[in-house]
Amino acid sequence: MALLEVRDLAVRFVRRGEPTVAAVDGVSFDVPAGRTVGLVGESGCGKSVTSLAVMGLLPRDGTEVSGSVVLDGTELLGLSRREWDRRRGSEMSMVFQDPLTSLNPVVPLGIQVSEVMERHRGMSRRVATREAESLLDRVGIPDPRRRLREYSHQLSGGMRQRALIAMALACRPRLLIADEPTTALDVTIQAQILSLLRELVAETGTALVLITHDLGVVAGMCDEVNVLYAGRIVECADRHALFAAPRHPYTAGLLESVPRLDTPRGQRLAPIAGSVEDNIPWSVGCAFSPRCASALPVCSERSPAVETVGPGRLLRCHNPLDTDVGNTESSHD
Amino acid sequence: MLPGTRRGRRLDELAESTPTTTAGVSLAASAWRRLRRNPTFLVGAGIIAAFALLALVSPLLAAHDPALRLLEDQVSRADNRIPAPQPGFPLGGDQYGRPLLSRLLIGSQQTLLVALTATVLGLGGGLTLGILAGAFGGWVDTLVMRVVDVLLSVPSLLLAVSIGALFQQQSRFTVIIAVATVQIPVFGRLLRGTMLAQRASDHVLAARALGVPERSVVFRHMLPNALGPVVVQATLMLAVAIIDAAALSFLGLGSADTSTPEWGQMLGSAQDFFDTHPQLAFWPAGCIIVVALGFTLVGESLREALDPKKRR
Repeated sequence: MALLEVRDLAVRFVRRGEPTVAAVDGVSFDVPAGRTVGLVGESGCGKSVTSLAVMGLLPRDGTEVSGSVVLDGTELLGLSRREWDRRRGSEMSMVFQDPLTSLNPVVPLGIQVSEVMERHRGMSRRVATREAESLLDRVGIPDPRRRLREYSHQLSGGMRQRALIAMALACRPRLLIADEPTTALDVTIQAQILSLLRELVAETGTALVLITHDLGVVAGMCDEVNVLYAGRIVECADRHALFAAPRHPYTAGLLESVPRLDTPRGQRLAPIAGSVEDNIPWSVGCAFSPRCASALPVCSERSPAVETVGPGRLLRCHNPLDTDVGNTESSHD
Repeated sequence: MLPGTRRGRRLDELAESTPTTTAGVSLAASAWRRLRRNPTFLVGAGIIAAFALLALVSPLLAAHDPALRLLEDQVSRADNRIPAPQPGFPLGGDQYGRPLLSRLLIGSQQTLLVALTATVLGLGGGLTLGILAGAFGGWVDTLVMRVVDVLLSVPSLLLAVSIGALFQQQSRFTVIIAVATVQIPVFGRLLRGTMLAQRASDHVLAARALGVPERSVVFRHMLPNALGPVVVQATLMLAVAIIDAAALSFLGLGSADTSTPEWGQMLGSAQDFFDTHPQLAFWPAGCIIVVALGFTLVGESLREALDPKKRR
C-alpha cells in the first residue's frame, strides 16, 4: 500500500449564476514512501488544485471535493478542520511557488520556523529556536543565528525558498508537496533548491509530490510522472519510460516543445497547436482531441478510458503513439 | 557553479562582495527612518508634542483656578463689558470673569483626554468587529458589515448628536461614547478589508499548509499585516475626534459643569459674544484647529511612510 493514495479526486468550483467548473475531474495516483512523483501539465490543468485538495487547503465555500485521499491508511477528505490542522505541517507539508510572498513579512523568520515546531512537536520557545537554527543551517542558510532575527524582505529569493523548505520539513513530514518550488527562482538557484530537495527527501525518507510544468525538472527529480490535461491524468509512467517513449500525443507534444542538447541547430521547436480554450468537455470526448495531430473521429465522440499499457504505465487515449515506429526521434536514454 | 575555474572564482567573489542588508530592519524601523526626515511629520509631531506637554504641565502653568470668577467685578451685563487683558491675566477673562488663559491651559487636558479615550474606545470596538468579520467571513462577516453599513449611512455628527442625546445626564463620558461610536464602523470596515486581503495572501496559505492553528493564523499572520492602514487611520481619527468632541460640547451635549473647562464648551458659551468679543471664540477655536492639524499632518505622513510602494 502506498503512503498516499488518491482515487477519483474531483474538484468542482460552484458559483451561483455561473456554470460549474470542474478543475480536477477524476484524478487517481499513488505516492509510495521515499519516492518522488511528478504532476506535470500546462497552466490550468488542475495541478495546483489537486495539491490543495490533498492538503485540505481549498476554501470550503464554493468548492465540491469528491473521491478519496488516503494518507497512510487514513481517509483525509471529510476530516474536521482541527484534524487537518494537526496533520498539516507534521505528517504532510507543502512548499509553494513564490517564496517572495509565502513568508509573513512582519514576523521575523525565526518565529515563523519555530512556530511550526512549537505547535507540532510540543517544543518550548527556546528549544524550538535552537532547533530552528540547526534547521536553517541544514538547508544551507549561512549565519542562521542572525537570519533568525531577520525579516523576509532581507533574504534573497533562494534563501527564502530554503527557509520555506526548512519550515515544511521541520517536523519530518511523511509527505511533502512542492508546488512549482523553483518557478520564481533563477536557474542557478533553481538547481541548488532542487538538489537540496533531493538530498532532504533521500535523507528523511519523505515522499515527494513535485508539481511542475518544467520537464527538465521532472527529468532530474521524479521517479514516476503523471501528465495532467484539463483535470484528468492522460498518461502515467516511469520517468525513463515516459521520456524514452511517450505514448500520449500530449506528452509527446510537451517533450517536443522543450529545447534539447541533441536538437539540430536551426531546427524550430514544435509547439502544441491551439490552446486550452479549444478543449471539449471530457464528457463529450477527449478534451485534447481538438489540438491533437493524431485525432480520430472517435476522439471527439467518446471519452477515452484509462488503460494499463504496461507495468506501472497508464494511458488515456484512443489513438496512442506507437512506441516502436514513428517516434524514434524523441527517444533517448 | 564552476568550482576551480577562474570564472567560478570571480563569481564567488562577486557574490561575497554584494553588500548584505544590516540586521533587523522591520517595517516600523524603515518607516521611522523616512519619517525623521519628513518636515510634514516633524511639524505635526511638534504641534502634538507641544500640546501634550502643555496638557501635562498645565496645572503648574495656570496661574489661577479656572473655576474662580476672579474678575467678576469687571463684568457688566448691561453694557456688555468683559475683562480685557491686564497684568496677571494676559488674555483677560470670559463672560463670567474667569481667567481665559488658565481656562485654555486646563482645557487642553479635557480636550486631548476626551479625543484620546474616544479614539481608543473606537479603535477597540472597530478592531473587534474587523477581526470578527475578517477572520470568520461568511455570515459573521455579513452580519457585522450590515450593522457597520447602517452606522455609516448616518452622517457622523448626526449620529454622535443622537447618541449623546440618548443619555439623561450630559457629561464628559457622553461625549466620549458618542464620538467612539462614530469611529467604530470606520475602523471596523477598514480592518475587515485589509484582513480579507490577508486571508487570500500566499503567506497565510503557507501558514495553513504548515498546520498553524486558526487563532495563530489570525493574530500572528493576518492581523499584524492588516494593521498598518488602521494605525494611520487612528492618527487621522484623533483629529476628527477633537473636532467632533468640540462640536458636541458646542451644541451643549457635553458636560453641563463649566467649572472644568473644555475648548468646545468654551467655544459654545462664547457664541453670544462673537460680534462684540471675538477673542472669546478665537482662542479655543484656534487651539482646536491647530491640534487637529497636528494630528492630520502626522497621520498623512505616517500613511506616506508606511506605503509599501515607497518602501525600499
